[in-house]
Amino acid sequence: MANGAQSDPAGGEQKHPIVFEKVSIGFEGNPVLEEISFSLEHGETKILLGVSGSGKTLILKLALGLIKPDSGRIYVLGHEITQLKEDDLFALRRMIGMVFQESALFDSLSVEENVAYRLFEEHLSYEEIHRRVIEALRFVELENTVDLYPSELSGGMRRRVAIARAIITEPHLLLYDSPTGGLDPVTSTTIIELLVKQRDVYQTSALLVTHRLQDAYLMATHHFNRQANRMETNPEGEPVDTHTRFLLLRDCRIIFQGTATELASSSDPYIRDYLS
Amino acid sequence: MELFSPTEFAKDKILSVQEYTLLSWHSLTNLFKQPRYIADTLQQADVIGVGSLPIVILTGFFTGAVLALQSANSLTRFGALSFTGQLVSLSMVRELGPVLTGLMVAGRNASGMASELGSMKVTEQIDAMRALGTDPGKKLVTPRVLSTMVMLFFLTIISDLVGLTGGSMVAVLLLRLDANEYWNYAWRSLAMGDVFQGLVKPVFFGFIIASVGCYYGLSARGGTQGVGRATTQAVVAASVLILVVDFFLTRLLMVIVPVR
Repeated sequence: MANGAQSDPAGGEQKHPIVFEKVSIGFEGNPVLEEISFSLEHGETKILLGVSGSGKTLILKLALGLIKPDSGRIYVLGHEITQLKEDDLFALRRMIGMVFQESALFDSLSVEENVAYRLFEEHLSYEEIHRRVIEALRFVELENTVDLYPSELSGGMRRRVAIARAIITEPHLLLYDSPTGGLDPVTSTTIIELLVKQRDVYQTSALLVTHRLQDAYLMATHHFNRQANRMETNPEGEPVDTHTRFLLLRDCRIIFQGTATELASSSDPYIRDYLS
Repeated sequence: MELFSPTEFAKDKILSVQEYTLLSWHSLTNLFKQPRYIADTLQQADVIGVGSLPIVILTGFFTGAVLALQSANSLTRFGALSFTGQLVSLSMVRELGPVLTGLMVAGRNASGMASELGSMKVTEQIDAMRALGTDPGKKLVTPRVLSTMVMLFFLTIISDLVGLTGGSMVAVLLLRLDANEYWNYAWRSLAMGDVFQGLVKPVFFGFIIASVGCYYGLSARGGTQGVGRATTQAVVAASVLILVVDFFLTRLLMVIVPVR
């Protein structure tokens, strides 16, 4: 893989699973992203915020190599994906987990076949596949749905199956596209708890797109308690670094990068307006 | 109302041709690359081959029958009614068998492929497949192309045979011809060139049906309405292409293996 692709100049795969360098892209003459530059640190979750159409999902698709930028460079897990051929990209994508906005489960396959999709492609034994499917479904608390089809699941359950499918191969990087979009507050909190668990237990680097500020703050202000097996609020007075940073897009550019506290205390009128 | 731009229209069409050519080319080159999806190919062969059998048998039978009925009128005028077997045989094997089977399978399977892949496209399942590290070309397109090419070959043979049977029933039951005479003329009139023509065409038609169906499916945009549009376009384009290619292929095959 990665024939001829350059290495990440910003510190290699371990330090920066994703690096965007002056990335621009537009459609039919209209720019959507202009000279976007940012990097994702190892173990960090970066939350992409912005109004609809600001290019958040596009950033995920660019990071996955599903779309090529018009200019600029993108490094993913140490490989410059803008230079990779499609066959090499397939190999790289096997190390990345993606949760799509509408789950994108294969509707003609059962939950087990959906979650095990990547493992079937690797021709693992049925016993091994079944064991890992149950393990992944237990993580999202859906181990009793193996024989059901996506059409038989609720929206929240489909999102959780999509998360199970994304994490079953223990990816180096996770990309979540509005995992709580269109869900009720209780189900959204369940999904965010799973994301926090994945972040704190497995320290997987992640890019998260969301429209829901409350979910973003929930991720930044909570950590996962392994002993109690639940998500808890960070104790006051004892700073806990949840490795969660924010990135806000406006008019094709990044106008803010930083922590939840920095975002909340920003004096920029647009940000104040956006947060209110 | 937005003004029509001929340049944009031409660019759009050229881009479509380029994308179709690339998809077709990769569908064939993928046959020689790993991974190969044998189970998917067999499943498609079942859906396309066995699934199309009833309509191919019905179409073939009644085409042969009506051919015998129509030709009898003209042949009687020249006192050549006994040549009915020869006429049905040559028409079925050279042209009607491959073309009608192709058109039937196009109506059934090009639409099926376009709607299935189109639905997957608009619900992001194709993107999900790519995100999971699977090449949709290898997993979805190549198995469909290969199985349609192979199954259409066999379906055409069945259609030819059933068509000749339909013709023989009309010849014997309505025209009062001798069955042996009918089959004897039908068999002896066929030369190597006729059979070669009749068996090469379905392979090309199979390729057209599957590649066009997959192309329109994978290009679908705009939700369920877009899927419906892709399905209609796939059937129309595949049917027209079959008839156009049939003409040029016939001319070419006549040069390669001359027929009497």
